[in-house]
Amino acid sequence: MTDPIHTALRAPVPQAAAASRRLAERIAAEGRADFYYATVASPLGDLLLIASRRGLARLRYPDGDSDSALEELAVRRSPRIIESAAATDPWRREIDEYFAGTRRRFEAPLDWQEITGFRRRVLRATVAVPYGEASDYKSIAGAAGSPAGARAAGNALGANPLPIVIPCHRVLHRDGGLGGYTGGLDRKRVLLALEGAVR
Amino acid sequence: MTPIPFQRALETHRDDVWRYLRGMVGAQAAEDCFQETFLAALRAYPRLRPDSNVRAWLLTIAHRKAIDHVRRHREVPLSAAPPGASMDAEPSDPAIWSAVAALPPRQRASVLLRYACDLPHREIASALGCSEPAARRSLHEGLKRLRETL
Repeated sequence: MTDPIHTALRAPVPQAAAASRRLAERIAAEGRADFYYATVASPLGDLLLIASRRGLARLRYPDGDSDSALEELAVRRSPRIIESAAATDPWRREIDEYFAGTRRRFEAPLDWQEITGFRRRVLRATVAVPYGEASDYKSIAGAAGSPAGARAAGNALGANPLPIVIPCHRVLHRDGGLGGYTGGLDRKRVLLALEGAVR
Repeated sequence: MTPIPFQRALETHRDDVWRYLRGMVGAQAAEDCFQETFLAALRAYPRLRPDSNVRAWLLTIAHRKAIDHVRRHREVPLSAAPPGASMDAEPSDPAIWSAVAALPPRQRASVLLRYACDLPHREIASALGCSEPAARRSLHEGLKRLRETL
């Protein structure tokens, strides 16, 4: 279609991108969305952080498609999701500090809403494992009130929505094996080395 | 279709909403109307039916915001504004944009929804809250007037 009216009215509008950024900033400043996300650069790649009003709800390694985490959240919780560096700043800063070696504990709030039952007990027990130390699946299962549930504890850790911050990398096999890790064993080794853990 | 994160909807449709609003209310007021449109959309977004046409829905909201704006500023109707007055910083074809700005609101809306936003007639009618033949008529009259002016 070479209609001059159509061509003129369809011309690019670069102002729209700037207006969208101002809008997203305002939505974040006024707390109008249910989730905010941004990425933070780290030695393990760009990490996607998604936070609700309650706290950090997801941390994703860059392997998968980052849209899928946002889409999954849109379906499960709310599609009112906006990109915002400002609204995710407390967690981005803590993660920067952690990788710089100046932070040993994460203090910004976490969103536990979807983490329930045995999974919650396992992940709570994992949060209690101190920086630079290691626990094992059997002990975590015991701390979660199910001493025979080492395998189930492993599954719960595999479904950790907040790796690094909920330090599932500190949970190893009792025989000294590394066990598994959501982000791949190489990342587990990097995190343990960063913390100067036993192995 | 599953609900898409609002940020995605914003990025996908912001250009069309902006084109529509800058044509309806001018570049100055477009910013406010743009924010009002997307803030209203954000509030209602979780209740949007999953099979809805998000673009048509956003443009319907934008149309309501533009009409509210036009009513509030009736003392300075755009159709009486000097050509180009509300069309500042328009990079290309200022003549066409001022001619569009000089159309009566309903014709202006139908021309913009069709030509600036590529919306089908059925959805133009639903955005304007009228029948499809009435929307086609507004569009036809608007185009006729535009071609006479240009």
